[in-house]
Amino acid sequence: MHNKTLAEIIAGLNSGAFSSVEITGHLLNRIRQLDPQYNSFITVTAEAALASAEAADRQRASGNAPLFCGVPIAHKDIFCTNGVRTSCGSKMLDNFVPPYDATVVENFAQAGAVILGKTNMDEFAMGSSNETSYYGPVKNPWDVNCVPGGSSGGSAAALAARLTPGATATDTGGSIRQPAALCGVTGLKPTYGRVSRWGMVAFASSLDQAGPMARSAEDCALMLNAMASFDPRDSTSIDREVPDYTANLNQPLSSLKIGIPKEYFGEGLNPGTEQAVREALTEYEKQGATLVDISLPHSHLAVPAYYVIAPAEASANLSRFDGVRYGYRCEDPKDLRDLYMRTRGEGFGDEVKRRILVGAYCLSAGYYDAYYRKAQQVRHLIKQDFVDAFATVDVIMGPTSPSPAFAFGAKGDDPVAMYLEDVFTIATNLAGLPGMSLPCGFVDNRPVGLQIIGNYFDEGLMLNAAHQFQRATDWHQRAPEGLE
Amino acid sequence: MQWETVIGLEVHVQLATQSKIFSGASTAFGAEPNTQACAIDLAMPGTLPVPNEQAFRDAIMFGLAIDADIARTSMFERKNYFYPDLPKAYQTTQLEKPIVGRGHVDIELADGSKKSIRIHHAHLEEDAGKSLHEGSFEIHGHGMTGIDLNRAGTPLIEIVSEPDMRNAEEAVAFARKLHSIVTSLGICDGNMSQGSMRFDVNISVRPKGSDTFGTRTETKNLNSFKFMEDAIALEVERQIDLIEDGGKVIQETRLYNGDTKQARAMRSKEEANDYRYFPCPDLLPIVFEDDYIEQIRQSLPELPDARRDRFIEQYGLSRYDANSLSGDAAVAQFFQTAAAGSDAKLAANWIMGELSARLNAEDRVIQDSPVSADQLAGMIARLKDGTISSKMAKQVFDAMWNGEGDADGIIEARGLKQVSDSGAIEALVDDVIANSPQQVDNYRNADDAKRPKMLGYFVGQIMKASKGQANPQQVNDVLLEKLNALL
Amino acid sequence: MTIERADIEKLAELARIELNDATITETTRSIADVLALVDQLQAANTEGVTPMAHPTDAVQRLRPDVVTETNQREAFQAIAPAVEEGLYLVPKVID
Repeated sequence: MHNKTLAEIIAGLNSGAFSSVEITGHLLNRIRQLDPQYNSFITVTAEAALASAEAADRQRASGNAPLFCGVPIAHKDIFCTNGVRTSCGSKMLDNFVPPYDATVVENFAQAGAVILGKTNMDEFAMGSSNETSYYGPVKNPWDVNCVPGGSSGGSAAALAARLTPGATATDTGGSIRQPAALCGVTGLKPTYGRVSRWGMVAFASSLDQAGPMARSAEDCALMLNAMASFDPRDSTSIDREVPDYTANLNQPLSSLKIGIPKEYFGEGLNPGTEQAVREALTEYEKQGATLVDISLPHSHLAVPAYYVIAPAEASANLSRFDGVRYGYRCEDPKDLRDLYMRTRGEGFGDEVKRRILVGAYCLSAGYYDAYYRKAQQVRHLIKQDFVDAFATVDVIMGPTSPSPAFAFGAKGDDPVAMYLEDVFTIATNLAGLPGMSLPCGFVDNRPVGLQIIGNYFDEGLMLNAAHQFQRATDWHQRAPEGLE
Repeated sequence: MQWETVIGLEVHVQLATQSKIFSGASTAFGAEPNTQACAIDLAMPGTLPVPNEQAFRDAIMFGLAIDADIARTSMFERKNYFYPDLPKAYQTTQLEKPIVGRGHVDIELADGSKKSIRIHHAHLEEDAGKSLHEGSFEIHGHGMTGIDLNRAGTPLIEIVSEPDMRNAEEAVAFARKLHSIVTSLGICDGNMSQGSMRFDVNISVRPKGSDTFGTRTETKNLNSFKFMEDAIALEVERQIDLIEDGGKVIQETRLYNGDTKQARAMRSKEEANDYRYFPCPDLLPIVFEDDYIEQIRQSLPELPDARRDRFIEQYGLSRYDANSLSGDAAVAQFFQTAAAGSDAKLAANWIMGELSARLNAEDRVIQDSPVSADQLAGMIARLKDGTISSKMAKQVFDAMWNGEGDADGIIEARGLKQVSDSGAIEALVDDVIANSPQQVDNYRNADDAKRPKMLGYFVGQIMKASKGQANPQQVNDVLLEKLNALL
Repeated sequence: MTIERADIEKLAELARIELNDATITETTRSIADVLALVDQLQAANTEGVTPMAHPTDAVQRLRPDVVTETNQREAFQAIAPAVEEGLYLVPKVID
């Protein structure tokens, strides 16, 4: 039962093969038994989940069931959930129970979904290994000695371990795609502005975008149908009709032009990863698509530009955590400065502090032009690379991550090595483009992800391309040993 | 040495919108603490700003009123600093592309001279909350400060002048003119005691004739014209004394206390601030088409200068009176209503005289006047038609002030009607002359120069006999005629 | 660009983050590494390139001036560290 995709669960609930209470109860049991090994959940809302499953079953019986009626999913612990702790993986928000819902949470509630709990993540979404979580690292179900990727490592691991059939996630520089790749699941970061950021704890506002993670492209399409909306509460939300993302999944790919950027296949790419990605591209050719060699000449500047822009925005976004209105507050502050310094010194972990300090540096007097302004100019060049590429190709493909999952601590004291994990994913955030990752093979029993980058609002085409690949292959159906 | 003062102003004007600049919380003044601070105002995680269109309309109106450039594309930046009344620890404000660009405000001084003060720019931003210190609220003993965030997010325009003012009179005239403009536009309630307009004054001194600026200080948050005048005088004197004693002015932020009439440097601003401004990524560029701005221009209400000229033209007021009555939009409206139902010059005199004195004495603004413009007009009409004398009018005004109703009712109830019937007045005069033989003799024997002074006795007796109701002018005329007939 | 312990201390003060003596050397080193990474930007030719603050070309929507929020002080202050009489409490503020 836990192997079922969202599409299969919806079909099963519709046909009466099982009830929401049955599948929800089964998954909750499984979480209880297995998650202590993986640590993919920060909070499990078992009681509320069963109550809403019962309500969903009654609603379904009354003949009026929305798309996700009774379908269990999990939310990344970055989305505010009314009455349920929203920690963002930080000690700073360990006691934070918001009195409001994120729009994404509202949208899934509206669609009838049952929420199993809140998934683990790197603190404030800053990390590519889930090692920065205040709640301890998440273990990769394919190899518990390895990281699941990050920051949405909890969502990815919970999917790989068959603890949930779908999970929300967010992606600021690769935080959906890289853990999806490392855990062998499918994840989509939509076009910036497609999914509302209201109620999603901000990391870097001009880069953050929420998206679905699941075990198939079809499931991601179903989830995106529920997630995407125009939200007047988010000034950067795009007022544009939400299409049915499942409508074109079965289109043949015979006229598809796929751009292969030479910069994504250079030095630093794991040979096994490269081989798996090349074989996937061969499958696309087999289906009639054309591969076109392209260049994204400013690719090498994406990581440097990102590590100015993201920390700069984060340094301001995280200033609100001051121990005054909510969240952690240090014991017995002796004066106002002490309240600030210790609350923030004790409440934030090392990586968050590092990024806040880097951001403060890049914005400080005398450095703004050399760093922040320069990074924004480079951002423009990077976007232009993509605009030029999409003049001749429909989608761009390459590896999601330069190598498969690595061992805990492997990049522990080297932030720059960790930052290079996202070397292929960061550029799409800077440009605001949609990107996705889907399983395309293994290196030493560790999954490899194929990345698809689409033009603005081309999520439908990307999902179509991913779905056609998944019809011809079974990488996405593989489960870690013992978890089938 | 002769010194010259150089003054520039930064003026914070709270806009009279219903809701806040980035949230749908109310901006009403005086609510219970933190009852008008919503999730956005409290900087709850995941909350996002959406700008209020009216705040932009207000700022554009102001820009048009001072003949400024309006930015077709403007944007918001974040200004980063930690303070407990600033929940996000950054203020969303405008730096690179403010909504209002260069403009000017023209002032008129007491000697009739005129000056144009240049405006560098005006930008939109959010107000902060308030810190309530121990003693100002009920918490005692623990030495904590209480934070009320009701005001957080109230829209402000900050108007930044060039350092064009050379003395306190010019600075106050400029401040008054701004008050007049924003209240005339209806974009601010102008209530200074509630902090609706707050002035930061940058002051420096230099040897007369020098063309470089001295080191300036900033005196913050002055919320009355009187405080501003006093604070400038104090600071100018301090700076001159300092320099003449061989010292140096240091750039600092100062606080003026209106109660003690003293100022001191702010402690919290001593550390050098590095605000790390950068474009707010939660907000997109704000773009206005020419049509939009043109429509606002067409709907601009009458501005103070135009109103002053009209008052001179339409009501025949002196320039001085017209200036006094046109400056404050509420006063101007009061005057026009009162004048419409009576006599413009009498209305002007009563408003600038009795009414204004009574309001000042009770520290009230004209909007809260117990005597309405219509009531004043009713009283003036009776004064003008001779029903009551000026002296009676004062009694009527007092009664209206005390809430006793309209002039006609008060006149009726108190029997205040003036006697203008010539027969009745002649009879009164005759009686008094008949009963005052000695005084009549004295009058007859006096020389011409002394006689007018002797009339007072007769008038006093006649008015007393009439219980104050005889028309004094008529009494004078009849008395003179009758006394002179006896010569 | 070299960054030293004193620079980090200044940044920590600006960002109001207490760093402890045991880790500040390590923090300084790792931040120096990150800044060396971002210094690669300096080689890029960006002459005449407009800085890009947002990924999309959209312009700001404006909200009508309507009060939509009601008083929720109780809910908000239920999660506050220190409140009294409706006020958030902080150590004494000195102007």
